[in-house]
Parts: sequence; C-alpha cells; structure tokens
Amino acid sequence: MSTAPPDAEELERRVGEFLAAHDPSAGEPLEFLRARFDAGLAWVHYPEGLGGLGAPRSLQPAVDRAFAEAGAPTNHPERNGIGLGMAAPTILAFGTDEQKRRFLRPLWTGEEVWCQLFSEPGAGSDLAALGTRAVRDGDAWTVNGQKVWTSMAHEARWAILVTRTDPDVPKHRGMTYFVCDMTAPGVEVRPLRQITGEAEFNEVFLTDVRIPDEHRLGEVGQGWQVSTTTLMNERVAIGGARSPREGGMIGVVAALWRDRPELRTPDLHDALLRAWVETEAARLTGERLRQQLTAGQPGPEGSGAKLAFAKINQEVSGLELELLGEDGLRYDDWTMRRPAEVDFTRRSPGYRYLRAKGNSIEGGTSEILRNIIAERVLGLPGEIRVDKDVPWKDLPK
Amino acid sequence: MSDLLYSEIENDLRASVREVLDDKAPWTAVLAGTEKAEPYDAALWRAVAGQLGCAGLPVPEDLGGAGATWRETAVVMEELGRSTAPVPFLGSAVTATAALLAAGERDLLGRLASGGTIAVLAVPFSTAPGDGTPEVRAADGAVTGEVTSVADGMAAEVFLVPADGGLYAVDAADARRTAVTSLDMTRRLADVAFSGAPARLVAEGPDAVRAALLTGAAMLASEQLGLAERCLDDTVAYVKTRYQFGRPVGSYQGLKHRLADLWTSITQARAVARYAASCVASGALAGGSGGSPPQAGHGHDDTAVAVAVAQAHCSAVAVKAAEECVQMHGGIGFTWEHPAHLFLKRAKADSIALGTPGRHRAALAGLADLPPA
Repeated sequence: MSTAPPDAEELERRVGEFLAAHDPSAGEPLEFLRARFDAGLAWVHYPEGLGGLGAPRSLQPAVDRAFAEAGAPTNHPERNGIGLGMAAPTILAFGTDEQKRRFLRPLWTGEEVWCQLFSEPGAGSDLAALGTRAVRDGDAWTVNGQKVWTSMAHEARWAILVTRTDPDVPKHRGMTYFVCDMTAPGVEVRPLRQITGEAEFNEVFLTDVRIPDEHRLGEVGQGWQVSTTTLMNERVAIGGARSPREGGMIGVVAALWRDRPELRTPDLHDALLRAWVETEAARLTGERLRQQLTAGQPGPEGSGAKLAFAKINQEVSGLELELLGEDGLRYDDWTMRRPAEVDFTRRSPGYRYLRAKGNSIEGGTSEILRNIIAERVLGLPGEIRVDKDVPWKDLPK
Repeated sequence: MSDLLYSEIENDLRASVREVLDDKAPWTAVLAGTEKAEPYDAALWRAVAGQLGCAGLPVPEDLGGAGATWRETAVVMEELGRSTAPVPFLGSAVTATAALLAAGERDLLGRLASGGTIAVLAVPFSTAPGDGTPEVRAADGAVTGEVTSVADGMAAEVFLVPADGGLYAVDAADARRTAVTSLDMTRRLADVAFSGAPARLVAEGPDAVRAALLTGAAMLASEQLGLAERCLDDTVAYVKTRYQFGRPVGSYQGLKHRLADLWTSITQARAVARYAASCVASGALAGGSGGSPPQAGHGHDDTAVAVAVAQAHCSAVAVKAAEECVQMHGGIGFTWEHPAHLFLKRAKADSIALGTPGRHRAALAGLADLPPA
C-alpha cells in the first residue's frame, strides 16, 4: 500500500494496469465493476478499501474518461443519482465501518439503487418539520409515516430516511437518520402522478416498518446534521455538465424557428433572442464556475445557476408552445408512464412546458434558493423563525 | 474555452486602480464635478492613464504601451464603472486606441498610450458596431460635417473622424464644439462641427471604425459589470442598517429575493463580460458571419457574438442594479445628496451607448441565424 495519495500520472498507470488485467469487452460487466471498485478506481477520492485511493476529487474525470474510452461497462450513474450523489457521501461521513463495507460497493456498481425518504406532505421546504415517527423497541426501531416526491422508490433497494425520534424538543434536535430497507414489510410504494401525466416519483407509506439499530446513520437526535450533509452534496451535484452553445431547450426552439418560417412573429422573435442571450449567459456562467472549481477557487455562483436554469427552462418551453400555435394545443400522451430518467427532448413541447414547472420546485424551491443567496452570500438577515425554540409536538400543523 | 477568471496580475492591477479611485474620486467629488465647468477630472486622468499606465495596456511596448491585452483594460473598466469616474478612458484609451491599433497607426497611438494626449472617435455615443456613421465629407486634406453627441468630445484634443469611407485625425482646435447638457454628466457629450478642418488620413475603409466600436462595446460591458456590482454592494450594505417596523429592511423577502436575483444576474454579467474581453484580447476582430450558430471557443471567430451577448446582458443588468439601488434606498435614494442617481444616469446612458440591448439582439439574429419574422 502506498502512503502518499496517487497523482494523475500514477492513476493513469493504475488504470492502464487494470485494463490490461481485466478485458473491458469480455466477461460479466458486474464482475468488472466490482473489480474496478476493489482496485480503488471507482471514485478515487474515497478512502482505500472503499472504492478509492484517497486521491484528489479533481482527478476523477480523467479516470472516468479512460474507462469510457476503453469501452468499459458503466455503472449507469443516471439510474442511481441519489445513491451516488447523496447516500454515498453521507454514509462515508457518518456511517460505521460495517455500514461503509456493506453499502458502498453494491451502491457504486449499481447492483443496489437508492432513493431518498425526506420530504413529507407537511414538510417540504421546511424539512425539519417532518413527522414520520421512529420509536425505539429494543435493538430496532418502529417507523410510521408518509414520504413524498420519492424518485426511484419503486426500483430502490435501500433508502436514506430521516425521522422524528423526539417530539418533545425543538424540531432540529429531535431527528434521527436511518438506512431503510425498501423490501421490508410495511413499506408501500405508490406512484405519484404529476401534471405531465407520468409518474417519475412516488409516495411512500411506512407502516410499522422495523429498522434494526445497526442501520442508524449518526447518533440518535443527530438527524438534522446528517441530513445537511446529504443536502449539501445535492447542491454540489447541481451545476451540471459542460454544454455547447444552443445545448438544451433553446436549441430545440432555435431549430424550430429556422425550420418553420411561417410561424415567426416579431414579438416571438424578440422573446427568442432574449432567451438565447439568457441561455448563453447562463452557459458561460457555468463554464466560469467550472474554471473556478478547477483552479481551486470555488465560489457561491452555483446557487444562482439552478435559479437561472429553472427560469430559462420555463420561459423557453412556454415560448415553444406559443411559437407552435395550433400545434401547441396538442399533447403526446397522458398515460401514466414510469420513466427512469427525465428526458426533455424525446417528449412533446407540451410535456417540456409542464415538466419545466418542476424545475423551480425540485431540489430546493426558487424561493428557498433566493433566501439562501440573500442570507449566505449577501449576508442579509435571516427569516424570523417563530418555531426555533418550540417543541416539535407543539408546532401548528 | 477562454479563461474567464482573473489572473493574479489582474487582481493586483484592480487593487492599484481602486486605491487611486478611492483616494481621488470618492462619490462626493464625482458629484461635485458634475456641476463644474471642466468636462472631466484632469488630475484623476493623469493618475490613472499616466502614473498607473492604464491607458497603454493593450498597446505593444515598442509603441509606448504596456504590452498587455484588452483583458487587463477590462479590469480597469470595471473599477472605473464602480466609481463613475469622470475620465475619458473609454473614449481615448479604448475606442480611439482600438481604432489606431486596427489602422496600424503608430505616432498618435504612442501619445494616447502615455495618456499625454486624449483622442476620441467622432461618432454619436449611441452608435453600435456595424452602424453607419454621420455624413462627413473629406476633400483635399480637410473634413466638413457635423457630428452630434460625441462622448468626451469636450475633453478631446484629437478627433478621429470617419469621413467618406476613411478615418481622419483632426486637431480638436480646428473643430467647433458645443457642450451638451448630458443625462450622464460624469461622461459628457459634445456636438462637433468641422468646416474644412485640416485632416490627416489614418485608415482607409470601415474596418478600423468597426474594430473600435466592437472593442468599445466589449469594454463597456466590463464597465457595466463594475457599476452593477457597486450598486449591489451599496444597496446590500444599506438595507442591513436601515430599520423600519423594528427590523432591518433587508430582512424582508420583498427585498431579499430581488437582491438575490440581481446577484445572480451579476454573476452572469461577469462571465459574459470576461468572455467578450477574452475574445477581443485574442486579437482578430473579423467577427462571425452567417450560417448556423457560431460555436464558442474559436477565439476571434466568436468575437461578434460574444460582444453582442455581453452588451445585451450587461446593459440590462447595470440598469436594473441602478434602478434597484434607487428604489431600495427609498427616500434618500431619490435625492441629489446620495450617489444612487450618479449610478442610474451612468447605467441608463451606458445602455444606449454603443448600441442598445435591442440593437445587439438584432445583431445576434444575423450572427446566430435566427432571422426576423
């Protein structure tokens, strides 16, 4: 075992060695992925023995590229975004050695998909108000409650779950965080249909679900701190991949504008050019943010990026429907589909318009993001919190 | 992809310029200057252009400049925008300098680079890159015609006059100038008339003028960025300390959310202004042509798009920032005794200068192949 973490050159050597020993095009993909994990080449910034080598996180893209270029099997990260982006860093930060050993490897290889049991009908932006109860019963906990907006719950093997364990203290203090077995008795997943007609996500009912105490993440009552780690990682994941000019929704509308001259009107021309400029400004801002991260100067600009993305998507998708005129009155399919991922381009303009409405709600509403920017970036006074010192059980619900 | 960050040298340059401006151009001095007869602050100009050497940044060293690029000039523009400093930097050190660089002129260029001479392009300040210029006739080494609303026209010692398809240098003493009461008295306009004024041919054809206006528009975006940042900083500081109904007014979401949106637009303004500065700094100013949308990352090929995007975005952001600055300062923001009106007048004038946002969006229609109805 080396003592110093490997540098770019050393990683390149190790990837080459690994690929020489494991033919990427032959054999069982799962075996390949497990071997890659065991070689520390899964996520190189994780510790040795847990899929990494303790290398800088910035070296990961080069490793991924090398595997992709070799035609290596993929762990389909798009199917396990919550597992990779949120559950894994939380387990790494708060899990016991046994939990890390048990959960991280099948999570990374994609054998086990994860979902997130956080939001509730009564606790959306105010997550800490949640009321799903976990009551201790010997070596286990009994959980009762309802969760919503749970993507992938119908495919997930495990969930990260945050519960109320002490209703007699103020809300932030009485929470506890668990790993929940989605196949356990009492876990019922029902599709939650959206305004688009499809059901990307679910509501999850938990009725007398037994969770062994060894599946607790962090201390009893520490659930808010653990959740904060999860949510911070959610925001790190936002920022997105580098996109070319006219990538995304504006490209669809620009192509329509070019192909269908008969649809053009002066007011829509102005709206299109405004949206084009706004999209380009957001794209360059994302590029600048990536340059800042690469240069080791992370800035707070990422919090603005999601705000801008939601606004542009909504404007541009609305513009597309207007531009289409009569065709904008038609929709492709109202049946309840169960898509594994959101794909704006493969569905109709009406779908894009409706789906974009979720962009300013999911992953932090635009209103909450504006509060975060105002308070954490600009240093403006926080919201008045009337519930701060009130026991959770006495809060108006 | 161009570098959109600031280098260490650029950060040092910013600190030096800000120090001088904080010392010599506090807003009280800028405000007092708007009611003086002098068309600009000559002492400040000597400090920034001469002593700090900012006027010659993009000029090669063998021509008397600093041998840096327009990227560094853009940083100076940000700081000048922050302070609404009344100096003819945009006119002389940017637009006129860019015209002479494009023309391959050497003599006058060296004098501009030292800050010793002030020259301005004799076109209305509202002229966008690619626009026509006023009809001025050139014959027998002399020019005749009238040009209105020339920025820093009273400060100029030399006019660069587009006439009959060429560009001519004319001694300001040979022109008849009328000072204009300007919306933005920190950058005053003049109406200029030439009647048989002796003129020296500097460049043939329209390329030098186009390069000057494109470079000017790119650098103006950085000025607008600096101005918007100043408005946001001052407003945020104020709403933290202004109490109404027993709370800082900055604790109300009615203000917090607008300031968060403004901050987000300014992060975008920084990215587009840096990109435009990088594009003009990379040298050629050929500009994009028609066809499908020009792809970013091809340096000079993308300059025309980068500048149009930067102007369309930054003009609107600076105006928004200044308008919010006035509104969120409430009663005091509407008074002469507060700097908010200096920012508002500069921001609104800047949004018309070198082409309105709408004019730049219209340019994009051609550049990005999004033809009108």
